[in-house]
Amino acid sequence: MFAFEFMRHAFAATGIVAILSGLVGYFMVLRGESFAGHALSHVGFAGATGALLVGMPPFWGLMGATVLAGVAMGLGGRGTTHGRDVTIGLVLSCMLGCGLLFLHFLTTSATRATALLFGNVLGVDRAMLGWLLVLGAGCVLAMAALSRPLLFASLQPETAEARGVNLRLVSTIFLAIVAVVTAECVQITGVLLVFALMVGPAATAQRLTATPGWGIVLSVLLAIGAGWGGLALSWWTDCPASFWISALSTVAYLAAGAWRFTERGAGADAA
Amino acid sequence: MPPVDMAQVTLRIGERTILSDVGLTVPAGAFVGMLGPNGAGKSSLIRAILGVVPVSAGRIAVFGRPVGRGNHDIGYLPQFPARSAPRLDGRSFIAAALHGERWGLPCDWRPGRHRRHDAMEIDRVLDLVGATHLARRPIDHLSGGERQRLLLAQALLGRPRLLLLDEPLASLDPHRAREVVALVDRIRRQLGIAVLFSTHDLNPLLGVMDRVLYVGRGAARLGTVDEVVTGPVLSALYGVPVEVIRANGRIFVVADGVVQS
Repeated sequence: MFAFEFMRHAFAATGIVAILSGLVGYFMVLRGESFAGHALSHVGFAGATGALLVGMPPFWGLMGATVLAGVAMGLGGRGTTHGRDVTIGLVLSCMLGCGLLFLHFLTTSATRATALLFGNVLGVDRAMLGWLLVLGAGCVLAMAALSRPLLFASLQPETAEARGVNLRLVSTIFLAIVAVVTAECVQITGVLLVFALMVGPAATAQRLTATPGWGIVLSVLLAIGAGWGGLALSWWTDCPASFWISALSTVAYLAAGAWRFTERGAGADAA
Repeated sequence: MPPVDMAQVTLRIGERTILSDVGLTVPAGAFVGMLGPNGAGKSSLIRAILGVVPVSAGRIAVFGRPVGRGNHDIGYLPQFPARSAPRLDGRSFIAAALHGERWGLPCDWRPGRHRRHDAMEIDRVLDLVGATHLARRPIDHLSGGERQRLLLAQALLGRPRLLLLDEPLASLDPHRAREVVALVDRIRRQLGIAVLFSTHDLNPLLGVMDRVLYVGRGAARLGTVDEVVTGPVLSALYGVPVEVIRANGRIFVVADGVVQS
């Protein structure tokens, strides 16, 4: 399957996005902000279709919309988006509705909508790959600088605030990073399935290990596993890659839950 | 320099006046129990000493310097939040707080000398509270008392000279509450530091605290238990008739016929 350039591009793009998703997703799950990423991708859908409407490349419309929304969420929040599921859910459905409206005006083919909603990893070209790499490297560097106060602020916000951490600043920078990663992830899994790469592997990792360092390593490895595994399975079965990625991500999460359950059972027997 | 020195302090949170023109001094090395009804502003006062919420008037000095966030003389144990505990081990939880305000990678991901230095500091605070054996277990598997022990270790990072403990006895049974109080007292004596300990029940602190601080209706009274926990003083503070009953070495505060303990 590596004989084809589009497959090589697909694997490279999925690899880049999986590393980012695993890394950023770990903190999203730790902060209880998994739905923030989900909402951002929906805002991105409106941005992408809006960009198409005015004749701009959809990727930049997507990116612009997610970053704006991410920064707005960060500045408007109290340093955490915890417990704001109603607001997020409403914004999410409103944005999906706007996207539908823009598509209606576009009278474009359904393929374009499907590609945005469910991803089109086989359509990643060399230029897009370059952008994924450059933006991804930027996100990794930003995370390296941010990870320490972010971890502190996520685990112990009151203490962090007392120690001089600017909770709102940290939260806003983080949500801006989440926005960029979401926009990248949409290229692989589409708007509706970003959860599969950004949240699934991270949540699985947190079920398996209780240290942040190992958690992030595991989260990245699981994301790569789901991404590449999904691509390979889609090649062999001729089913959409996004389906397999979301299926693998969910199976891993459930398996980790089952493993924990038996571990706990074994522990109880020993005691 | 006294650990906390307040002069003509007025503290307002939104529409509520927590303190109005209050002056008091916490002496060096003191164990101060802070009491007051729910919503009297005990947490707000602690946050004002931390410099997180500004005072409306007057000034608060901590060891002679004006309050400000990021004061390493203060160790802080916040009220344990209602949100669910993360599935992390205790050591990672404490490590996240060690210089967590700086930019960069978390301290236990850095290589070499810094990491060993930081590991020693974490070992030191774990040993101080006797929680070394708890450090490898996920926090969500720990009991309330064990969790408070870890949070207390976290508050001791960086060798503070003043501990601000916000309701560390909340949701602990009387036996565990006594244990936590005894532990705080031992650490205070061992390190020679001052402690401000907020609680809604003064009985676990009897015999340990050497000062009591009552907060209510914008006023505050600091003094020994015998000076402050009396009917006349508390009646004046709360504006309703308050009776203080002492029985079997315990103290019951009765306001409007309701035992406040």
